[in-house]
Amino acid sequence: MHKLLAGQSGRKMFLLGNEAIARGAVEAGLAVGAAYPGTPSSEISNNLFEMSRESDLYFEFSVNEKVSMEVAAAAASSGLRSMTMMKHVGLNVAADPLLTLAYVGVKGGMVVVSADDPQMFSSQNEQDNRYYGKLAGIPVLEPSSVEEAKDMVRYAFELSEQVGEPVLFRTTTRINHSTGVVTLGDVQPVKTRGEFVKEPSRWVPLPVNARNLHVRLLKNLEEAKNISETSPYNFTEGSGAWGIICNGVSYNYVRDGVADLGIEGRVKILRIGFSHPLPEKMIQSFLAGCERVLVVEEGEPFMEEAVKVFAQEAGLTLPIKGKAPGLLSRLYEFDPAMVRQAVATFFGVSHAPVRPMDLSDVPEIPQRPPNLCAGCSHRASFYIVKKAAEGMDAIYPNDIGCYTLGILPPLSMADYLLCMGSSLGAGCGFSKATDKKIISFIGDSTFFHSGLPGLVNAIFNNHNMTLVILDNGTTAMTGLQPNPGVDMSRLNLSGYGHVSIEDAVRGVGAPFVTTIQPLKVAKSIEAVKEALQFKGVSVVISREICSLYAKALKLDTKRVFRISAKCIGHRNCIDELGCPAFFLKDGKAQIDPGLCTGCAVCAQICPENAIIPVKD
Amino acid sequence: MNTTRLIIVAVGGQGNLLASSILGEAALLSNIPVRMSEIHGMAQRGGVVESAMLFGDGASTVISDGEADVLVGFEPSETLRALKKCNKDTVVVTNLAPLPPFTVAIGRGVYPDLAKLQELIRAKTKKLIAVDALELAKQAGSTLAVNMVLLGATMQTGKIPVSPENVKEAIRTKVKKAFVDINLTAFELGFAAALAERS
Repeated sequence: MHKLLAGQSGRKMFLLGNEAIARGAVEAGLAVGAAYPGTPSSEISNNLFEMSRESDLYFEFSVNEKVSMEVAAAAASSGLRSMTMMKHVGLNVAADPLLTLAYVGVKGGMVVVSADDPQMFSSQNEQDNRYYGKLAGIPVLEPSSVEEAKDMVRYAFELSEQVGEPVLFRTTTRINHSTGVVTLGDVQPVKTRGEFVKEPSRWVPLPVNARNLHVRLLKNLEEAKNISETSPYNFTEGSGAWGIICNGVSYNYVRDGVADLGIEGRVKILRIGFSHPLPEKMIQSFLAGCERVLVVEEGEPFMEEAVKVFAQEAGLTLPIKGKAPGLLSRLYEFDPAMVRQAVATFFGVSHAPVRPMDLSDVPEIPQRPPNLCAGCSHRASFYIVKKAAEGMDAIYPNDIGCYTLGILPPLSMADYLLCMGSSLGAGCGFSKATDKKIISFIGDSTFFHSGLPGLVNAIFNNHNMTLVILDNGTTAMTGLQPNPGVDMSRLNLSGYGHVSIEDAVRGVGAPFVTTIQPLKVAKSIEAVKEALQFKGVSVVISREICSLYAKALKLDTKRVFRISAKCIGHRNCIDELGCPAFFLKDGKAQIDPGLCTGCAVCAQICPENAIIPVKD
Repeated sequence: MNTTRLIIVAVGGQGNLLASSILGEAALLSNIPVRMSEIHGMAQRGGVVESAMLFGDGASTVISDGEADVLVGFEPSETLRALKKCNKDTVVVTNLAPLPPFTVAIGRGVYPDLAKLQELIRAKTKKLIAVDALELAKQAGSTLAVNMVLLGATMQTGKIPVSPENVKEAIRTKVKKAFVDINLTAFELGFAAALAERS
């Protein structure tokens, strides 16, 4: 049995934040879950997916976040408890349904988990998604710890039902990927069948209905504000004339900082866990008891600006600061020392900060950037396209996935990137804006997620570009989740359909489609050359299973290669492929048999045919 | 109780997440408050993995530069890279078996000299315990047991407020049955090697 299902009420477990969130949802009787994976949210969906196979929970990996939001919305409008979870930028994709979902509301509790990524550990931006709560007009909850996350997500379902709106559950990487001791609670039974009561004036936001629905939303927002005013998730601790207002993980750094500085008797802390709508009266009465107030929040001055407005409304003129030079930054994540220093500075407490260690005599340490895996089929695909496009002046829009690592030398095959699916739309734009050859790369999961509309656009507007779909048969980057092109029988899972990329591409009318096996280098180069010569939209589907996935499925061949005595040191293998299985020994290229997967791409490009299989 | 701050750095695939979760389970068994956070920069694709573990009082799950009480490096150059987390009172445990970054492997970077590396760490911190964890893991029966060797060495610092018995108990429950014996042997070898280093 899954460990999150087996745990009895009252048991203490050492859980990852994302496991705690999944457990909290299960304790709340979650009926329908839907998600597109994305770091740092992925372990929530992975755990729910696993648990759905042995419980009454329905969970699906949806094609993208917009669809997952709609799946969860319909379940909640039918009276079931539903949840969708995504990384912060995923909420951009799902923003369209969310903002109108707030108008029509929900019946069953619905929770939208947004996993924000301050510091951009694995993201292209560090946007602060609390603003989505404000933009949509829905409640926002933010936990400060793993333990709290479990209980708070459970409460989020109740709050959603009480207000009739979805609740935005906003986490950051340091909640998702922290681990703490969690006490399990009772698991509520799952209500699995919903009932959708037709009421077009409620569920169909024609303008005439939407005008009423906006009134309804503002009423609900007012109710949410009243709940926020007395929410136990907004609380004050300590006493003194100095005030600190904080949220999320910043609360931990504030607590530790106040203790470290020995100013417990002088500081009052207002921890905000229910951060939209903010508890205006509670904040005003907090401010009224303070001489000066510091607002400690990662990301944007979301609370700080509101607190200043509340102070103005109440006629309070005390100093309120947060994001300011010498105090706290809008950039990156906080850490305990940073917050301790800001507290000391703002309140004028003498404090000897830890002096950074003098590392001036430490030699330069070679960087260790992530790299495409040994035997990764993307490396072969990039090499093939590069060879086929030799002599062409090309722009390479790339997309989101492992293959973004094609940016690294010696491949250097990523010139432009915005978001999931942007290789297609940007490719269209570059084809009109420049006279260059446009060659876009996108993975199979990303193609289904948001590449298809861009392809349809390219075909309709007759853009001159080549699209290379890197089909490795899984969603590798986020941990091997299924996507519509995945053969689910490989996972011993039945009851799924399958979408063929060839059928999809041909079905929307791509005039030139070819499929290559990238581990067959010479043949693939010829096929890609033909695609690049085509005027209009040409599509190359490069199909080879992800080497990590092959290993997980025990499909790897285990045949490894070695460098024979024929090697005279061209080093094409190292200089053109950059496979991490290679290393130099006494100036000669060698292959690490522990890393080699036997893809044999290097063997095909060696001018001396010096790379040969190891005989058993 | 006082807070003990432990940083573990490793290269993807070295098993530090298992090591840190075993230590967390052991703390749970010992009734010691414990919190942890992890950053895995595409670990499966050769990146660096960092775990921060905090035992005792406090709420943070992050350790600022200069504030680690113990630094454990599963790879020597990564230990050196993480030195900014240390201060003059930090105890450092390092593996001495290098996993050169790819740039070094193909001759485009220079790996730090191991003797100089140890000298630098020793000069800047309270104590360095350096073991060839790969060799000891081989002795235990699997090169994959490097993490347990280093876990044993870490416990020998006496800085972690958890008993070695509870760590061994956590190994028995967290590790797949077939590997428990090898892992326990590796733990003992690391524990003993670090004792020799200490004295």
